[in-house]
Amino acid sequence: MTGVMVASVPIDTQVHDTYFVVAHFHYVLIGGAVFPLMGAMYYWFPKFTGRVMSERLGRVVAGLVFVGFNLTFFPMHLLGLHGMPRRIYAYTADMGWGPLNLFVSGSAVVLAAGFLLFFIDAIRSAHAGKPAGDNPWGAPTLEWATASPPPAYNFAQIPVVTGPDPLWQHQDEIAVACGLRLDRREILITSVASARPQARESSPGNTIWPLWTAIATSIMLIASIFTPWAVVWGMIPVAIALTFWFWPKGTPEDEA
Amino acid sequence: VRTRPILDVSDLPLHGGGSQSVTWWGTLGFMLIEGTGFALVIAMYLYLRALAPEWPLSAPPPSLMWGTLITAWLLLTEVPNILIYRAAGEQKLGRVRLLMPVMTVAGIVPLVLRWYEFKTLWVMWDSNAYGSVVWLLLGLHATHLVTDLGDTVVLGVMMFTRHGRNKRRLGDVQDNALYWHFVVLTWLPIYVLLYWVPRL
Repeated sequence: MTGVMVASVPIDTQVHDTYFVVAHFHYVLIGGAVFPLMGAMYYWFPKFTGRVMSERLGRVVAGLVFVGFNLTFFPMHLLGLHGMPRRIYAYTADMGWGPLNLFVSGSAVVLAAGFLLFFIDAIRSAHAGKPAGDNPWGAPTLEWATASPPPAYNFAQIPVVTGPDPLWQHQDEIAVACGLRLDRREILITSVASARPQARESSPGNTIWPLWTAIATSIMLIASIFTPWAVVWGMIPVAIALTFWFWPKGTPEDEA
Repeated sequence: VRTRPILDVSDLPLHGGGSQSVTWWGTLGFMLIEGTGFALVIAMYLYLRALAPEWPLSAPPPSLMWGTLITAWLLLTEVPNILIYRAAGEQKLGRVRLLMPVMTVAGIVPLVLRWYEFKTLWVMWDSNAYGSVVWLLLGLHATHLVTDLGDTVVLGVMMFTRHGRNKRRLGDVQDNALYWHFVVLTWLPIYVLLYWVPRL
């Protein structure tokens, strides 16, 4: 966004390589990306740990970070407009940027305190937070229909979704598909646009061959730095590993 | 949360063909990636040609014979390739078994021809920019010939084992045939570029 703004020649002439640029991109980056990231942490923390973070500390963190962020980066715009260049660590006292920079430094401490409190709360809540249950927020989307933290397979039965808010459509009940086999790892293949089920594709079992393939490929590529012949000879173990990986194992997954 | 079964999938096939197969999508994605690779090298060739004072750079154009033979051969292999694609789609294992060795030969012959093709480029990869881009383009296509031949041999052997009579494996044969289409089709613009553009 800063780049878009300084693409305008009159603005660029005024603020090029000044503190304004530093101020603006942090304003955009923290406001636009870091705030949502923190929001997402609070939102999904209960899902991946099974415990909710502290509501009370969360309000303090939100306050400290929001206030600290604005008081740190907004005055930096003004410093830039006053002519302070970016990427300097010292300047003479008569430039008059001192008081505002001192204020910015103080505000940065407030911002950092907010982040510190956030991390302390995250670490604390991970083992001592209030148990979350499946859906602490009463949220409508599928991840909240399974346990917190979710089992490795996510759902014992695949949910059938007909709208954007599946958990709000029927209270305490979720529509699922049945009929997948229990002796064969199966996933559903569906049509691209309307997601109509088309086939029960098998999902491969555990195998060591992808690892051997990766190791053989790595050896080939690293050796090719030293001699081009490594590509020729190195292809042989790669091809062998790929073939063993591909070759049917006679398990139920290979049935069709 | 209670669960309510509303959809029974037990009557769905264990493997779908075409766009119902993840391998088919994988093949499509691979074509997209490799096709982009070819397009980039072709763009490099044309870019260098636009900059060079003469083209080809201090070398005669490559001999027409071997490249033209490969082109003719590749177009010819499309006949058994289309037949094996159909046979695999109709799950006719006997016909697939018959055509797999044919497709193996179809893949070996252009590799032999390519050996002579490299020899009659009249330039080495480290001679100049022209040599580099010509070797890169021909080498890139040769890599595809080699890998498809590898696929064909492995699948061909499999067709003669107990794993051959299987919808999924016949689908692999189809995807392999699809990939041979790609190898043949990408060769045509490369042939024009390598052999006829320097003669313009």
